[in-house]
Amino acid sequence: MRTPVTLRFLTALPRSGWVALALFAAITLVLLPVLHVYVPHDNPLHVSNYAITLGGKIMCYAIVAVAMDLIWGYAGILSLGHGVFFALGGYAFGMYLMRQIGTDGSYHSTLPDFMVFLDWKALPWYWSGSDSFLWALFLVLAVPALLAAIFGFFAFRSRIKGVYFSIITQALTYAAMLFFFRNETGFGGNNGFTDFRRLLGYDITSPEMRAVLFALSALMLMLTLLLGRWMMTSKFGRVLTAIRDAESRVMFIGYNPLHYKLFIWTLSAMLCAVAGALYVPQVGIINPSEMSTANSIEIAIWTAVGGRATLIGPVIGAVLVNLSKSYFTLAFPDYWLFFLGALFVMVTLWLPEGVVGLWKRIRNRGRA
Amino acid sequence: MKRFLLALLLFTLPALPAWAGVDPALVKQLTAEDSDAKIAAIQKLGASGDRDALKVLKALANDTLMATPDGRVFLMPEDKAFDAVTGAEIDPVPTEYDAITINNRIRSELDNAIAGLRLLNPDRTVRLAAARELQSGIGIELAPILDKALARETDGEIKHLLRFALDQAHLASPDAAVRLAAVQALGHDASPTTRGLLLPLTDPANETDATVRQAATASVKAIESRLAIGETLGQIFTGLSLGSILLLAALGLAITYGVMGVINMAHGELLMVGAYAAYSMQGLFRSHLPAYADWYVVAAIPVSFMAAALVGMALERTVIRWLYGRPLETLLATWGLSLILIQAARVLFGAQNVEVGNPSWMTGGVEVMAGLVLPWNRIVIIGFTLFVLALVWVLMQKTRLGLFVRAVTQNRPMAGCVGVPTGRIDTLAFGLGAGIAGLGGLALSQVANVGPDMGQGYIVDSFMVVVLGGVGQLAGTVWAALGLGVLTKFLEGWTGAVIAKIVVLVIIIVFIQKRPQGLFALKGRFVEN
Repeated sequence: MRTPVTLRFLTALPRSGWVALALFAAITLVLLPVLHVYVPHDNPLHVSNYAITLGGKIMCYAIVAVAMDLIWGYAGILSLGHGVFFALGGYAFGMYLMRQIGTDGSYHSTLPDFMVFLDWKALPWYWSGSDSFLWALFLVLAVPALLAAIFGFFAFRSRIKGVYFSIITQALTYAAMLFFFRNETGFGGNNGFTDFRRLLGYDITSPEMRAVLFALSALMLMLTLLLGRWMMTSKFGRVLTAIRDAESRVMFIGYNPLHYKLFIWTLSAMLCAVAGALYVPQVGIINPSEMSTANSIEIAIWTAVGGRATLIGPVIGAVLVNLSKSYFTLAFPDYWLFFLGALFVMVTLWLPEGVVGLWKRIRNRGRA
Repeated sequence: MKRFLLALLLFTLPALPAWAGVDPALVKQLTAEDSDAKIAAIQKLGASGDRDALKVLKALANDTLMATPDGRVFLMPEDKAFDAVTGAEIDPVPTEYDAITINNRIRSELDNAIAGLRLLNPDRTVRLAAARELQSGIGIELAPILDKALARETDGEIKHLLRFALDQAHLASPDAAVRLAAVQALGHDASPTTRGLLLPLTDPANETDATVRQAATASVKAIESRLAIGETLGQIFTGLSLGSILLLAALGLAITYGVMGVINMAHGELLMVGAYAAYSMQGLFRSHLPAYADWYVVAAIPVSFMAAALVGMALERTVIRWLYGRPLETLLATWGLSLILIQAARVLFGAQNVEVGNPSWMTGGVEVMAGLVLPWNRIVIIGFTLFVLALVWVLMQKTRLGLFVRAVTQNRPMAGCVGVPTGRIDTLAFGLGAGIAGLGGLALSQVANVGPDMGQGYIVDSFMVVVLGGVGQLAGTVWAALGLGVLTKFLEGWTGAVIAKIVVLVIIIVFIQKRPQGLFALKGRFVEN
């Protein structure tokens, strides 16, 4: 019997899930933005610039962590190169933001500053149309999707998996980083894009804009979670986990794992790209170091800390790791890498199911 | 050298033998206001081949050739004055005089003239130094003195240099036949400078004689093809030296990956441990055994090996051992370990790169052919790699440990069943792989920067080598490493480093499409999962 889509959608989450989601929506879409914009600075209830930006940033990371969970947790594909999709989304949207600067740059040219600096006379062909917001949105989705689809097609077709796939994705992001570091590539070399002024004509640093971007990030995170939940409770999700657990057997039954893997891989890349596009206007900079291998592998640890194949776990993981990063890099900058390294080791050794798994274990012990 | 010779000259000047006499007209001309007149006089004095002329010219170069307002010229090395023409001491020293000034254009002419005169010196080292100086900017005015020197010269090396200088001088000869001979002779050379000398002669605007033009074109072509060969050989050589470092990095990885099926992301940091071990040995030798400081590299071989092997075995015992059957998690855990190792290196040795010097016997290089110098440090590294390779081969093929390692690589449960202590073999194999990485770090310290994150770039490259070569295949690893090294260097020369890296990556991905088991696949059937 076919279930109507709406009903399927509603049953994807238990009632408590919907309640939690509604609560989260109320806080992030209404309460915090209002506190940020309308409560005066000296009021203790005021949410500061720093806090709202940090919150928005971490929610972008959480989207990436969920995207990672979709492929690693459910399909068993560990990507060590997801940073490249995140950064590509950021760059695609950054191009639009660069064009929005208009002639306010330090050279008062219609061209972005770094192009004037390189003595370029006109925009390269791939910058054409970058002043259109809609085209930018299209690029944000299309470029990473195209890269992911081509790369994934060739990789999955020849059944590259496991550590082979992981290392090749790492090489991919490394090569992309080198490529973007070049000045001739036309994306600002190692400085990347920065000094953004406006978004859709509005001041990008105004409290209203920050609040809107924050709320959009939260909305996107919720949508990602819902989409993930819906997919993973569907037949598609079942096939995917089956591929993760016994790919050969799934093939012998008559499924073609290529299509399933390719779809979830491309979708995951697109989610990362959207997160990247939301991230760039909030932090105000995008440069090739976002594609460094270390950044990409950190995404995996967010997911692992929270707990794989749980959807909510990666969100928790991203929040925990990034809050501690913000704390550590301020308080003990020398020890952050020790802490992060130890985290990698301890989570893989003792917490294979992450904090969500730990919570479940504790709760089950309480019941027994 | 030049300064030394001048000092020597000043020292011997007061004890001058009888002065044979320098042409007074030329000496007078040296005081002329006009630079061209001065140069003409210098060239004539140089061509005279006279030893006293040399002294005058040297004094001029040294700003000790003085002139009085009434046109008297004398040398004043210290507080005594000697007449430039007769060599006689002038007493008392004239009250009013000034040094004859020279500009840069005159100075370069002067240097050549002095070098030309020094060619007649009886001391071989002086002549050799002079001949070495006379390798560029030689005009036709030097031809007579070069001819004279060449006729007298008996030393082969100096003769060769003089011949080159003479050919160069002859290029400006008014006689077309002389030019032709010079052009043809220079065609046997293989340096970009010679090419630059001959190029103008291929142009009708500079060269009127058609046969000389033709000969010049032919010579330029011959030089260019020789240059191209030299460049290609140079690229192959740097490719091989890059490949041998890749090989040292990948050999260890191939062993650990073959035995345990896990990728150790901290493998690059084991290189770093080896390099820092070499740095520490260098410091130790410098402070305690300065006499043997050049041999710290030899002492560092076992130290680098053991340091990296101990770190590797510790990692295996404490972390990697507990992650069997979970290769993806091993990636993350070992990445965490690599972060800890990097930060530890920063805390212990500072975040900056440290200086590891080549020992003196590894500096410099051998000139195999004109325009192709092979640096010693790279030659030593290639030799060292061969040594390590031989060692690993013997260890893997001829010892009991190697037998066990190969057995575990092929079939772990079966090896365990017949009594191979798989757990201990894992640790030892890991230690061996780590130790080889340490040796790679030692080699790397001789050609690249030593810093906390020096190993980061190597993990992907070495993994590519292992993938290309096929898992558990020593021969495959060797071919893949050298092939990748040479390919990378060629692509770099052609497209630049970044594009080369991307192209290599694409080639590897395409390659895996065709041959997922690598270049040298083990024969037999394997079941996945």
